[in-house]
Amino acid sequence: MVSLKELKKGFFTSLWFVFLTFPIVVIKVDPIERTVMWRWQNACYMAAGTFCVYLLVKYFQHRKENQSNHNEHKKQTGSLIHSALQNPLQRNILVGVVASFAVLFPHLFSTYQTNVMTTALMYVVLGLGLNIVVGLAGLLDLGFVAFYAVGAYSYALLNLHFGLGFWTVLPIGGLLAATFGILLGFPVLRLRGDYLAIVTLGFGEIIRLILENWGEFSKGPSGISNISRPGFFGMGLNLEQSIHYTYYLMILFVIVTIFIVNRLQDSRLGRAWIALREDEIACQAMGIDKRRTKLVAFSLGAFWAGIVGVMFAAKTTFINPASFTFLESAIILSIVVLGGMGSIIGVLFGALILILMPEYLRALSEYRMLAFGAILVCMMIFRPQGLISNIRRTYKFEKKTN
Amino acid sequence: MKQPILNVTGLSMDFGGIRALSSLDLDVNNGEIVALIGPNGAGKTTFFNCITGIYKPTAGDIFLSPPNSSKKISLKGLKPNQVTEKGLARTFQNIRLFPKMTVLENVMIGRHCRTKAFIFGAIFRTAATRKEEKNSIETSYFILEKLGLAGFANEFADNLPYGAQRRLEIARALATEPLLLLLDEPAAGMNPQETIELDQLIKQISSDGQAILLIEHDMQLVMSLSDRIFVMDYGKKIAQGTPAEIRANPAVIKAYLGEEVDA
Repeated sequence: MVSLKELKKGFFTSLWFVFLTFPIVVIKVDPIERTVMWRWQNACYMAAGTFCVYLLVKYFQHRKENQSNHNEHKKQTGSLIHSALQNPLQRNILVGVVASFAVLFPHLFSTYQTNVMTTALMYVVLGLGLNIVVGLAGLLDLGFVAFYAVGAYSYALLNLHFGLGFWTVLPIGGLLAATFGILLGFPVLRLRGDYLAIVTLGFGEIIRLILENWGEFSKGPSGISNISRPGFFGMGLNLEQSIHYTYYLMILFVIVTIFIVNRLQDSRLGRAWIALREDEIACQAMGIDKRRTKLVAFSLGAFWAGIVGVMFAAKTTFINPASFTFLESAIILSIVVLGGMGSIIGVLFGALILILMPEYLRALSEYRMLAFGAILVCMMIFRPQGLISNIRRTYKFEKKTN
Repeated sequence: MKQPILNVTGLSMDFGGIRALSSLDLDVNNGEIVALIGPNGAGKTTFFNCITGIYKPTAGDIFLSPPNSSKKISLKGLKPNQVTEKGLARTFQNIRLFPKMTVLENVMIGRHCRTKAFIFGAIFRTAATRKEEKNSIETSYFILEKLGLAGFANEFADNLPYGAQRRLEIARALATEPLLLLLDEPAAGMNPQETIELDQLIKQISSDGQAILLIEHDMQLVMSLSDRIFVMDYGKKIAQGTPAEIRANPAVIKAYLGEEVDA
């Protein structure tokens, strides 16, 4: 299982860690007593802990290697969910259960829970939008939150100055965000990988800084309040009804988004995106217009962010630039990476896990970023394809007889 | 009836002070298999990159003339995707498939420039889109069958054996309906058995009237396949002719084996 050589390496690794952490773990200076405490037992814990973690990692690596040897001759390693989705009966049951749970949710749980769920659903749509850019087209976008901000501010400002309603601004917000997507797309057409990530990161910050500092336009850090909630055929809704209404709207958005993204990824355009992700030069040599394909990916991804932005402004009725920091982009990206690049169900699960978990583990909220980091590192080591990896559509052919 | 399909005149390519190609002339006729050979670093792949728009040539003209028409299309200054659309499709020396797409999808990417569906069509699956999609699946599958890859249609491209990956590259290029197929070292890394199969495959493709220009190091393959051979060395054309002529050409022997030194 674990060879002697690995044990030896583990031993030296733990020694190295003890050495590295020595100043902070072992030495403690007491400035009042002017003494130095040597906590040697901590060094032992450190050594033992590192050694155990090392062995665990090795064990999992071995297991993974064995598995991949076994699976080499299988066609596509499908997960439980995929096999369930391929069976029509199981799929119908699954969809039925999920749908009825989604419909009954606001009636079973408190308005607080419903609100949390609505937020999670918003991240599902954001994740699906970013999934087009990162998961399908392979363009690492770290400034995705900028488009979210564009959507939110377009509703807030249009509502404030012109009194436009939610349903009017919804398409406007989406289209404005898509326009910004194209604006960002043009200068970064030639970039890829790390360079693209840096530029998009900068773009996200530019939008946030403009919103923070251009007081006359966006009211600066104090934000915009009293934004109208979504209207329902002109009927007045009380707070609870409004929360339920927003929840159902979000469910509807999620369904529409899944439907559209699903159709897109199996279309000519979706294939072009994936080809672009896989090999840019070959993709171009096969007659795909790189420019156009990238711009469409950017603008479609941004469109969904804009739509959710409008929804966000309408839901919270108050927005300020603090809601659109880099942290948001990082969370949305984590959703896509954790769930599985390019996989719709993966993004769905990723969003629900990453948004709901911190809500229900409030006690650990201080360590949230630490946990995020740890989860992502573990994912990269053990399951780089994400929780639920994407499975390409397969086609059946009848044997031609003639 | 020999009608020129590709006509390259005076093609030069400089990288800074280095002249990778100097005033190269080459032509391929309809239905012909032409080979481009030369020692390593002679500029063969640079030539491919120039005519497919990956590099911008410093000087020279590239014309593509579709058969049965007097039109001449200049390929100079076009982007790689536009060149492909005009009818020049290539494979790569080091395999460049889309590994995480299925074999069929790889070929369907080749159909991209011959189809039109876009956002609207994709979302609403209009009748035109459905028809186009069905058509492109059928065409792609037909090509896979012809190249003996139909059994792999739903496999990921990177799960294929090496020889099949090479064939898939050819299939993908054929799916773009090229006037001229460019093969960049198709036999590189193949074992003798696979090379023999490749030889038959290329002959079969050619028998459908497909014009082919190939770069190859395997002389046996080149001699067996080609109607005409161009030989390059240091960016210049040093010889051209039929396989028999090339075999006897002193300049070619010199380039490959070196010159006898008089003591």
